[in-house]
Amino acid sequence: MKDKRFIVSSSPHIRDLTNNAEIMWSVVVALVPAIISAVYFFGLQALVIILTSVLGAVVTEYLFQKARGKKVTISDGSAVVTGILLALTLPPASPLWMVLIGSVVAIGLGKQVFGGLGHNPFNPALVGRAFLMAAYSKPMSSWILDGQTTATPLPTINTALMNATTSATVAEVVEFTYWDLFIGRIGGCLGETSALALLLGAAYLLYKGFIDWRIPTGMLSTVFILTLIAGRDPLAHLLAGGLILGAFFMATDMVTSPVTKRGRWIFGVGAGLIVVIIRLWGGYPEGVMYSILIMNTAVPLIDRFTRPRSFGEVA
Amino acid sequence: MRALTFKQGIYLEENKSLTSDKPLKKANRPAQVIIPMQQHIGVPCKPLVKRGDHVEMGEKIGDIDGFISAPIHSSVSGTVKEIRTVLTPEGKLCEAVVIEADPEDRLAEGISVKGDLEDLNPDEIIDIIREAGIVGMGGATFPTHAKLRIPEGKKAEYLIINGAECEPFLTGDYRLMLERPEDIVYGMKALMKAIGAEKGIIGIEDNKADAIETLQRAIDGENNIEIKKLITKYPQGGERMLIKAILNREVPAKGLPIDVGVIVNNIATAVAVADAIKKGMPLIERSVTISGPGVNEPVNLIFRIGTPIEELLAEAGGLTADAAKVIIGGPMTGCAQPHLEISATKGTTGIIVLTENEVEAFDPQPCIRCARCVDACPELLMPLNLARYAEHGMLEQLEKYQVLSCIECGICSYVCPARRPLLHNIRIGKAEVMAKNASSKQG
Repeated sequence: MKDKRFIVSSSPHIRDLTNNAEIMWSVVVALVPAIISAVYFFGLQALVIILTSVLGAVVTEYLFQKARGKKVTISDGSAVVTGILLALTLPPASPLWMVLIGSVVAIGLGKQVFGGLGHNPFNPALVGRAFLMAAYSKPMSSWILDGQTTATPLPTINTALMNATTSATVAEVVEFTYWDLFIGRIGGCLGETSALALLLGAAYLLYKGFIDWRIPTGMLSTVFILTLIAGRDPLAHLLAGGLILGAFFMATDMVTSPVTKRGRWIFGVGAGLIVVIIRLWGGYPEGVMYSILIMNTAVPLIDRFTRPRSFGEVA
Repeated sequence: MRALTFKQGIYLEENKSLTSDKPLKKANRPAQVIIPMQQHIGVPCKPLVKRGDHVEMGEKIGDIDGFISAPIHSSVSGTVKEIRTVLTPEGKLCEAVVIEADPEDRLAEGISVKGDLEDLNPDEIIDIIREAGIVGMGGATFPTHAKLRIPEGKKAEYLIINGAECEPFLTGDYRLMLERPEDIVYGMKALMKAIGAEKGIIGIEDNKADAIETLQRAIDGENNIEIKKLITKYPQGGERMLIKAILNREVPAKGLPIDVGVIVNNIATAVAVADAIKKGMPLIERSVTISGPGVNEPVNLIFRIGTPIEELLAEAGGLTADAAKVIIGGPMTGCAQPHLEISATKGTTGIIVLTENEVEAFDPQPCIRCARCVDACPELLMPLNLARYAEHGMLEQLEKYQVLSCIECGICSYVCPARRPLLHNIRIGKAEVMAKNASSKQG
């Protein structure tokens, strides 16, 4: 025992077991209900799109890391999350070549050019989607399913409500009910239609403490209140379109959202505000993607201005 | 009684059941003690003895003039073998007196009852405490007498006795609360008299229900002492968190508890004060928990100051074959030891041994800005920013983000899912800011 030498390092000497990979793979688990509902409502083609996107994301991450001579970290799950999230924001009839380009752009331009995990200012999946919207607007807005063209509910609702005379509710002007919107029996992108499936996953992440409740609460309540004031159908605005997916799974992305509690409120409310502005007065029927990307740019500023007053700090 | 707490912090696996049922046992007298001349924060002592001298148990062997210091006494009777430089548990080099112990334990002259508490005035109490070499025994080892001299213009309303013992594994204070409740109350009364505090409060975490019960019985009839139950949460034993939880007062950053009318002392310190007054016995022994998966039979011991830790570990059944890290103190704030040729001192609350399983290699991943460190920091700092600024030597930013408020509790590194050495970097940043401030004062 006399000559034995021991490991020396500075305190603390114990560590919590949670690691980056556990957080990322938990997000994957949380997205399983949404994947299942996508397959249920849109058929096996949905699964093929999701797998293509994941494959594109993971391979791109691998190639970038190899090329930069960095450690390959594809097993940490972060590229998988990006792949799934991108796929869930695509129309069910997306051509696979387009899906692949989207996922390469998401990881390449959205993440690796900035230095990889933790360094990207924008949500990578949304960068991929924004690219596809700009480059391939036609396939990105065609809603052909089983040979039939379907409109997504949000533009339908918007148009219908605009044309209706007075305070019409969604049930009076279009053929779907709130229940249809809630469980996802409607047209739309792969993963955004079923609020039920998304909320199940979100509840799991909230329980694990891997997403912060302030961002979705701020975002959803802002949209609800403002559309209510504007005389629109607030429930329809919550349930139709990509708001639930965006608020719980994209706005909460740790890397691209504020680290302070006050900052998260500002981020959520700001994103909600931009959604409403785009939806009611902008050229797009949807606004979730741009609202989050725009708020992403403000994160360093928000963090700087919301540094908490430290314990016993004298101004 | 509603349990009180502070903002943020974390819940740790306690691991106290390894030793909580084991009464404090007197450790064997070592063949020789190696007593470092620095066992307190402040100026190191000068040895008062030389090679060949005979010393008695409780005899003063080191002292120095200086407000922030505390004398050091022999924990055995015997012969001074040599004076040499040793490594302290905190990793500093200092002189130490090596004494061969004889089996007689002859008490030094003048070790006797110091009189009734009623007859002693505050100055006399503080002098007794200084002469007994008492320091903060929760691990910080700030000289107690220095803490008790209330600065001009301040008033101590409350004495708080810290019974939180929030570090995992440690059960020494818990055992003292069960085994020596009367002495804790006696020491408390002496400390209250010394600082002129009208009220005394003992704060205890709610995982120690029987300690609360035992002390409740011991304070029966005392109308100015009460017990407050605290939520078991780390770092409840940090004095700033303790005062916040009990009195809802915030000690200002860069301030001291006395700025909000409070003096905090630890359970073991109160017991040492009782020993110093009731028996005249200086601080020559203390409680320690020897535990962790790397020792065979975890125990609570009372050991003589200067006992080599190797002998204390032997009393805990020795190390397991896979023992990999020896920590003096608790696993969150303690110091890892390179080898076992180290003496246990006045600040040694625990010796915790971890095995290869618990000691993982450093492999930091990128920060994913999860903010778990921001959400848990008990000082409400932004550790991810501080660590980054420290890595890049950004001193202005470090100060703006209040780096000097960091109490080094270790929570940020503990919760980090990217396994980044946050506190390690913040410590470097703190040191650089302090060095800069010191040199700008001189210049």
